[in-house]
Amino acid sequence: MRFVFKTNYIQDIRPWKDGYQLSLYLFLLALVFSAPWLLDDFFLGELTNVLIWAIAGLGLMILTGHTGQVSLGHAAFLAFGCYANVALIEAGVPFLLAFPLSGILTGIAGVTVAIPALRLHGIYLAIFTLALSILMDDIIVLAEPITGGVTGKFVGGVEIFGKLVDRWATPVEFFWLVLGVTLLVTIGYINLLRAPLGRSFIAVRDSEVSAQAMGVDIARTKMISFALSCSVTGWAGALMGLYAGAFNNETFSVLISIQLLMMIVIGGLGSIHGAFLGAIVVGFLPQFLSISKEYVGAIFGGNAVAIPGLEFGIFGMILIAFILFEPLGMYGRWLKIRTWFELFPFYRKEMFKRQKSYLKTERLR
Amino acid sequence: MSLLEFESVTLKFGGLTAVDNLSFEVEEGEVFAIVGPNGAGKSTVFNLISRFYDPFAGSIRFDGHDLLRVKPSGVASYGVARTFQNIELFEHATVLQNLLVGRHRHRRTNLVSEILFLPSVRQQEIKNREKVEEIIDFLDLQAFRDKMISGLPYGVRKVVEVARALATDPKLLLLDEPASGLSVEETTDMRWWIDDIRKQMGITVLMVEHDMGLVSGVSDRVLAMADGAKLALGPPEHVQSHPAVIEAYLGKAS
Repeated sequence: MRFVFKTNYIQDIRPWKDGYQLSLYLFLLALVFSAPWLLDDFFLGELTNVLIWAIAGLGLMILTGHTGQVSLGHAAFLAFGCYANVALIEAGVPFLLAFPLSGILTGIAGVTVAIPALRLHGIYLAIFTLALSILMDDIIVLAEPITGGVTGKFVGGVEIFGKLVDRWATPVEFFWLVLGVTLLVTIGYINLLRAPLGRSFIAVRDSEVSAQAMGVDIARTKMISFALSCSVTGWAGALMGLYAGAFNNETFSVLISIQLLMMIVIGGLGSIHGAFLGAIVVGFLPQFLSISKEYVGAIFGGNAVAIPGLEFGIFGMILIAFILFEPLGMYGRWLKIRTWFELFPFYRKEMFKRQKSYLKTERLR
Repeated sequence: MSLLEFESVTLKFGGLTAVDNLSFEVEEGEVFAIVGPNGAGKSTVFNLISRFYDPFAGSIRFDGHDLLRVKPSGVASYGVARTFQNIELFEHATVLQNLLVGRHRHRRTNLVSEILFLPSVRQQEIKNREKVEEIIDFLDLQAFRDKMISGLPYGVRKVVEVARALATDPKLLLLDEPASGLSVEETTDMRWWIDDIRKQMGITVLMVEHDMGLVSGVSDRVLAMADGAKLALGPPEHVQSHPAVIEAYLGKAS
């Protein structure tokens, strides 16, 4: 096992533990950067899709994973970001300005929603946000002049410094755009977590009473969390719109909200890694299923496996399996595997067992 | 002027009077203990200071400020820190992170500078760590510095909670049953720490405690309560032998 002997505070503050860990992440980064040369256009597109989902996952992770506020309404913010981006571009705003604005506008929308939602906890907040997701469908239909209603909208490529960035025509450029946004969001997230604000999010998640006693303004902190979460989700939505090329009121349905929440649970709540791991599952599952369908179909013959809703069924089963067997998600499982190797042969099952504390100070509400 | 002044404070929950016309003062630099049977309203007094409840009547003043005008999250910024009866730590964070949350009231950076992690944030982080490190040394928590709270034994969590309260740099430290659930040795440690907190750090301590050994060992004055009202106030020996206190604990001799 590696022990890091800390001799100054910078070692404590920097995001990586030691040179070894840093080199692993740099290697991963180099691998992603070389993707356009390693992958063909189809798989590059799939990777882009995974990254977009990861951004959306990071957005929800801020709110649900780190601040402890469950949201089943994030598809509404994806939609908001998507339509805001397209509406701004159609109004003649250059993409480089329209894109950041779409996230900021979504953040403002998120805060507006957060003000009444601040009083709600747990399941009530989940229901509130679920309602939001359902409402968004109608709002998009009603706001037809901007959103195109049921017909929806079509977007082609966008121009950045005179260069066309389009999902179909120039998939490599589009990949760079998405990768850039992913990196910026991730770095911002890492910085946030090692700064006072990120810690106050965790404080609010784990114990509101004592966070308050330490001088953390609960309402304000939740509001900032909503704002950041919705902004990031809005950016993901904008990219999703560009990726899909066409979307209408049904694109960002409640199912997307649920899928997003399932994604971060499967990946591992409360970790940046979790958002990425979950995105890999969500992004590749449909492809995996369609590929395996061929094989299964070949064995059983014909359309034996052409069952509607199969994807969500399998997704649900994966989620159930995770909640039962690995509540810490894929990242939690990875931590266990790593510890097993590091401590070999001294790993014990109980090391990751959660202690249950039955005593809790009265919640005052 | 006293550091903390309770003036005829009354708090009712429906028909139940939790705190009944209670007045007392805590002087700067003393260790002040509140004792009483279960349900006497001791923790409620703490929750009133933390502004979790609004009193029915009366006033609470701290260091010359009217505490009743302060919102709950603002109390810490005046220099009041507290621990909780049933440990309220941030479970899925490390000891260090917990203590750093204690430094929250000294935060001088904003959202944008933190997301960019500007040099000012780095400086602040280093400064916070210097302060936190002193407390870790003071309470012998070095071995647990980077451990998750969820894996720590009860006795250590209790100390971490005191450490987190100290990290806020308080003038007044509220300890809600600091020795409950601790072993004899741990209680002795706690006793020396409370003594040192007062003497070395110059922090006034207000505590609720059932362990009379600890109370008479460290406190200068003791307030005995029953049913939300004051029974006796004075030095530990005086309160312990007070007939009303004995009656509240043991009942009347028939």
